[in-house]
Amino acid sequence: MDVRSNRLAEKRLRKIKERLIEFVLFLAALSAVATTTAIVVILLYEAAGFFEHVSLVEFLTNTQWTPMFENPQYGILPLLAGTLVTTGVALAVAVPVGLITAIYLSEFAPHKVRETVKPFLELLEGVPTVVYGYFALLFVTPILQIFMPDLPGFNMLGPGIVIGIMIIPYVSSVSEDAMRAVPMSLREGSYAMGATRFQTAVNVVLPAAFSGVMAAFILGISRAVGETMVVAVAAGQQPNFTWDPREPAATITAYIVQVAMGDLPHGSIAYQSIFAAGLVLVLMTLVFNVIGHLLRRRFREAY
Amino acid sequence: MVGPVKAEARNFNFYYGQTQALKNINLPVAEHKVTALIGPSGCGKSTLLRSFNRMHDLYPGNRYEGEIMLYPDNVNMIAPKVDPIEVRMRVAMVFQKPNPFPKSVYENVAYGLRVRGEKRKSVLDDRVEQALRNAALWDEVKDRLNDLAFNLSGGQQQRLCIARALAADPEILLFDEPTSALDPIATASIEELVAELRQKVTILIVTHNMQQAARVSDYTAFMYLGELVEFGPTDELFVKPKKKQTEDYITGRFG
Amino acid sequence: MKAQELEALRALIAQHKRYDVLFGVVGLVATMVGVVTLLALFIDLIIDGWGRLTWEFFTSFPSRRPEEAGILSSWVGTVLVMLVTMLAAVPMGVAAGVYLEEYAPRNWVTTLIEINVTNLAGVPSIVYGLLALGLFVYILDFGESILTAGLTLALLILPVIIVATREALRAIPTAIREGVYALGATRWQLVSEHLIPYASGGILTGVIIGLARAIGETAPVITIGALTFIAFLPPAPFTIDPATGQPAGLFDWLFSPFTVLPIQMFNWVSRPQPGFILNAAAVGIVIIVATLAMNALAIWLRYRIRNKIKW
Repeated sequence: MDVRSNRLAEKRLRKIKERLIEFVLFLAALSAVATTTAIVVILLYEAAGFFEHVSLVEFLTNTQWTPMFENPQYGILPLLAGTLVTTGVALAVAVPVGLITAIYLSEFAPHKVRETVKPFLELLEGVPTVVYGYFALLFVTPILQIFMPDLPGFNMLGPGIVIGIMIIPYVSSVSEDAMRAVPMSLREGSYAMGATRFQTAVNVVLPAAFSGVMAAFILGISRAVGETMVVAVAAGQQPNFTWDPREPAATITAYIVQVAMGDLPHGSIAYQSIFAAGLVLVLMTLVFNVIGHLLRRRFREAY
Repeated sequence: MVGPVKAEARNFNFYYGQTQALKNINLPVAEHKVTALIGPSGCGKSTLLRSFNRMHDLYPGNRYEGEIMLYPDNVNMIAPKVDPIEVRMRVAMVFQKPNPFPKSVYENVAYGLRVRGEKRKSVLDDRVEQALRNAALWDEVKDRLNDLAFNLSGGQQQRLCIARALAADPEILLFDEPTSALDPIATASIEELVAELRQKVTILIVTHNMQQAARVSDYTAFMYLGELVEFGPTDELFVKPKKKQTEDYITGRFG
Repeated sequence: MKAQELEALRALIAQHKRYDVLFGVVGLVATMVGVVTLLALFIDLIIDGWGRLTWEFFTSFPSRRPEEAGILSSWVGTVLVMLVTMLAAVPMGVAAGVYLEEYAPRNWVTTLIEINVTNLAGVPSIVYGLLALGLFVYILDFGESILTAGLTLALLILPVIIVATREALRAIPTAIREGVYALGATRWQLVSEHLIPYASGGILTGVIIGLARAIGETAPVITIGALTFIAFLPPAPFTIDPATGQPAGLFDWLFSPFTVLPIQMFNWVSRPQPGFILNAAAVGIVIIVATLAMNALAIWLRYRIRNKIKW
């Protein structure tokens, strides 16, 4: 072989190698799509088995969820109510505190305070949820019982508050990003009219960052809905159709944990029921996530 | 040499941190006249303008020295004991790029009044209409007062910002290159407006367009490298400048 | 302006500024809610659990008697699961990040992948547990094993690593890429010899944050059926199993039943006896110290990179 064809072969080889590497990297990236697909397929497949035994109407309208009883009932409403109540309590904490924190950090805090506090908030996000569960059960609930002597040891209020505190850093950092992205020229316009910091923050910056802030709330909701361990530890794991946060109840996630803790036979209705519950959970968070990201993108486009 | 003076910079220095941006500025601003600040970019004309309503107080590390007097009160507006908010309520500003708030046309104009605590609907309605008329915008927007201000054209947005500044009835109106982001037709209408507004308010305007200064202003100050090189009636300054630097600039030898 | 008008104006400004001061205080208080909670949580755990943190606690198996119970099997389990997670997630995540940032053409496949990465980051962790239960435990028949748990957590933290890799790559200026191409390098030479080394700090930060999250994850590991009471360790390679007399294979530990620290904590916190509550607090301290140390390391690393590298 002469030198020239040798070099050509080398070139071809290099080209093939480059192509091969690109393909391998592409496969790695495709794993994200594969994961999503696998989640959807598995949930749908097992849930389909569940819905062969339980009608969709019963699932959506029955107010009892008692899969372990002699005469099992499969109404998702009690779990849904539990999920919504804990999420509601969490939002009642996270929305005002997170929003005020964001406004403070973005518009008021001196540079030094912001640089000191933000790492702490990031750490708060890093605390494992089971530890928050401990905190809800053995610290927050006992404190609440001082003010509400009738509050049972398991309740939705304590874990709801703790989930709220847990998602504060998330809500505040996404809203703060949105507010800091508001162009300085808008703030200057307001200050030039003689507005104070507070007037500028509330009347100009907040409306300008509105969709970004809404995205923060909605992504926060999605987190609260999917939160598992805090409620599994501190809310009691008994399905209970109630809207009263002082009562114990199970959420969709807590139910999945409770069933998974037991030894349940593969293919039984109880086994399939956690996939049906998971499907509801995925649909709920999916809706919130999609709305959240759309709002965020709309905000990014505006500026 | 000028008539009644509304404001005046006296031995004024300004520092961004350690860097001195303005050196010993002395500039009278004549009442109900248009005073233009011209000079090459980076000469400090915008910095000087923004000192008149204490915009520099928004950022840390900035420092004023000397005096900017406001008459007839005879107060030094940049003295530390004077509240910048009070200064800004009396000295309004229109920016380089139109910066309407993400609110309706009406709420944009009413903003300054609301900031002052005005809640009476009838007063707000009157003042908003008056300001929009003064900004020559009323006829174009009277049917869309509740539209979002972003939907207006660039020239309309800038006139809206002028209306917003006028509604609060300021004593001095600052313009920071108000037409640099606009097309020639919108520019012409803003210039016409500036010339008219001098009946109502004292105007200080920064421009890097010399023709614009010549068209709209009564007095012109030429600045270079943080110093005020020459000040005089616009006609005189453009026709027979006293300083060599001024002549070089207006004849286009640098800039 | 008339004197009395000015008087009124000043009164108004003073009144408005009171809101500024008030909000300054309210804002600081709201911001401190998080910080104070973090401290309260830590102090609460230390008060309850400090006394249990003895050497024996780390070297004993769980027991029916709280004062004799320890976390040997759970910390070993956590370490082994993390090992699997890291080995699976880091190459996959970095490869995916590199593809998306450096190779991906602008087409619908790329968009689809990007949407999926964003969306996966928002899927509740317990759903990964359901996926793993159906896929790894039953379809692939890995059982309720260390391998299953490691792969599950790897999928969970994949988006974190992908996003971190992309951000680190994006921070490298185009001039560097052009400079390397100008020397006649191929794309892979550019990526492997320049971009990945330069981005390694940022990638490492993402890996640490991802692993810190994986260590504390409880719900998906419970869902795949991790046991809560394990009084043995996974077989080390080539050691003799006393029951069968056979030496263990190199990879037998991957298929061993296991437990991890957060599950041990969950188990103990669910017991009524107060002794177990103290144990739960003690595990809590171990987990929180591990995750916070990793997070703090990542945050520190990020600030360092930000301050050090100025392209």
